[in-house]
Amino acid sequence: MTEMNMIASLNSALDNMLEVHDNVVIFGEDVGYFGGVFRVTDGLQEKHGAHRVFDAPLAEGGIAAIAFGMGLNGLRPVAEIQFADYIFPAYDQIVNEIAKLRHRSGGEFSTPVTIRTPAGGGIKGGHHHSQSPESQFTHTPGLKVVYCSNPNNAKGLLTSAIECNDPVIFFEPKRCYRGPFYGDPHNVPTWKGHAKADVPEGHYSIPLEQAEVVMEGDACTVIAWGAMVHVAEQGIKNSGINAELIDLQTLLPWDRDTVVNSVKKTGRCVIVHEAPKTSGFGAEMSASIQERCFWHLEAPIIRVTGWDTPFPHTTEWDYLPSPERIAEAIKKTQEA
Amino acid sequence: MSGKDKGSLDAYTVPTAPFRPGDEADFGGTWKEQPGDLSRPDPATCTTPETHDHAHGLIRVLGDDDSASGEWNPDLDAEELIRGLEMMMRLRIFDDRMIKMQRTGKLSFYMRSFGEEAVAIAQTMALDDTDWIFPSYRQPGAQFVRGRDMVSMICHCIGNTEDNIRGRQMPVHYSWKEGYFISISSPVGTQFSQAVGVAMASAYKGDDQATITWLGDGTSAQGDFHYGLNFASVFKPPVILNVVNNQWAISTHKNLATGGDNFAARGLAYDIPSLRVDGNDFLALYSVTKWARERARAGKGATYIEVYTYRAGAHSSSDDPSRYRPGDEFKCWPGGDPVERLKKHLISIGAWSEEKNAELTEKIDSEVMAAYKEACTFGDLANGPFPPASTIFTEVYEEVPWHVQEQREELGK
Repeated sequence: MTEMNMIASLNSALDNMLEVHDNVVIFGEDVGYFGGVFRVTDGLQEKHGAHRVFDAPLAEGGIAAIAFGMGLNGLRPVAEIQFADYIFPAYDQIVNEIAKLRHRSGGEFSTPVTIRTPAGGGIKGGHHHSQSPESQFTHTPGLKVVYCSNPNNAKGLLTSAIECNDPVIFFEPKRCYRGPFYGDPHNVPTWKGHAKADVPEGHYSIPLEQAEVVMEGDACTVIAWGAMVHVAEQGIKNSGINAELIDLQTLLPWDRDTVVNSVKKTGRCVIVHEAPKTSGFGAEMSASIQERCFWHLEAPIIRVTGWDTPFPHTTEWDYLPSPERIAEAIKKTQEA
Repeated sequence: MSGKDKGSLDAYTVPTAPFRPGDEADFGGTWKEQPGDLSRPDPATCTTPETHDHAHGLIRVLGDDDSASGEWNPDLDAEELIRGLEMMMRLRIFDDRMIKMQRTGKLSFYMRSFGEEAVAIAQTMALDDTDWIFPSYRQPGAQFVRGRDMVSMICHCIGNTEDNIRGRQMPVHYSWKEGYFISISSPVGTQFSQAVGVAMASAYKGDDQATITWLGDGTSAQGDFHYGLNFASVFKPPVILNVVNNQWAISTHKNLATGGDNFAARGLAYDIPSLRVDGNDFLALYSVTKWARERARAGKGATYIEVYTYRAGAHSSSDDPSRYRPGDEFKCWPGGDPVERLKKHLISIGAWSEEKNAELTEKIDSEVMAAYKEACTFGDLANGPFPPASTIFTEVYEEVPWHVQEQREELGK
């Protein structure tokens, strides 16, 4: 085990994948010589060669299409979209092409593409550097959707994503690259000393479709992913209620057993995400939990989410779910 | 399996930049192309093939000896040239002040136009005052030409209570209706094809407005670049399409935006008259834009221009170019410094002096400082105040729908 921040752990995962699989190639805007605007691919081109780690022209649609082709023809491409907000020119290639190839070729062809993309708010990035568009991909059959939250699961999940034979959209909460985020912009901790900063060297994977129970409790189940895992942790502490916190990790397909067993135990549920509420992944979770746990529920399921508005710049702390809003929701579930 | 390493097949080519940190940059001294090399075709009758040499050459007006010559010399009077110089100087001083504000936490982010000041200023001066402007990152200077108040610009960059777009966008994403100035979009290139639509609407309405837009060499890899050129080729609306080839897109060298060495010639294949211009030559930039505007006015459709320049500064306040290019590369650029070049020209014709220049610098310095201080009275990033949180919910739709209203009440601010 070595202490790493999330940038180092993602870099370690990519480095290991390049070592282990000679068909892994990594590309995207600024990822080659420069090592990425967030430094995630730092040093990889020098170590593994320019034809394995390279800069792409500024064309997300092209990047996704090239990944499709490389994956179809025996490579394991890992493409970076510099910000999740920039992914939409690639949306057609991802949704209509990459996601559907296996099915529409009758299983004859497939393309094991991994698309990494920094997502989420908290960096004063305004609406084009802050969005969290996971539900725009969980609504696409054929994709797997992953959202890491800390250095340890970032490496473990990215390894599994790259080794997965299905295409994976891999979201990285950019606010947590250098430290966890507890919802207070004035408190900027690093990963130093955090239990989840311990990351194995070498090959390390965490199975997709596996959630993690971060804090055990019996009064309410709180489900979150990405940066919101840490905000939810703070919200639970603020509430003073013995809630159970689940880091979903993989959103599609999600870990039904862990979630359902927890909600059956607690009878109450709060779902937290920073994307807008309407048609957010919380809606899917809420509906599915209700279908499977209806007779165990003691209170309505509550979603604490970003608002149904574009992500703001100077007022972002009023947009992102706060520990206070989460604590209030947890308390509300106890009233029934 | 891993291509080159196994010796089975040559791996694909992965281009790199000509010079990296530690290298000595060398662009071959001065331009071999000279003012007067290229004729100025009649804009009312010019066909695409007539611009073949203009797309493959380099239109210049200011020579290496600071004199202005050739058919493209726009013969601007000294007063107009001094106005251009003043605005370029203002932009540079303004940018430096904004970067200082960013470094001291008073705003979150900034992008300078350093080394490219002539582009937006000369080109906008060549337009009509009501022509539409669809900028890329390094054309905020167009607002100076149209008379935007610096306080208002700084308030936007801070995102304070006087920000006309209510703190919603990152700094430098100026939006200004009075100046027909549309906000840039961080997902790059979208403006390029939108501008063609705006120009089509002008043609439809017969309102004699033209539209100008810019994108970078790196962004020319995006689909929007090709959409824009093709729609402009097909429908021939009054639009001026510019690729600012400043060599760099963050760390991505222009060698990754094209396998060739020329962006202007792409326009020939779309059958759009295409020009390549020295982007650090104020007079040449003014002149080609005026020519394109005349084509638009004559109903001849689009003009496509490669503005050949160099990004002298970092991409943004978040960037560190010393990691990927030699620190002094800009000093080796044959196009030199656009502000210095116009200043020297004005001095050479007896219309300007170093003393006047120093006086003007001082005057602008104090104006920028005063504007900065006034803007901060409406709030800065470190201390606020900011627009109220209720502005998160307004102007999402024309009217606030029930579900957004409900969320606004839930926030309770």
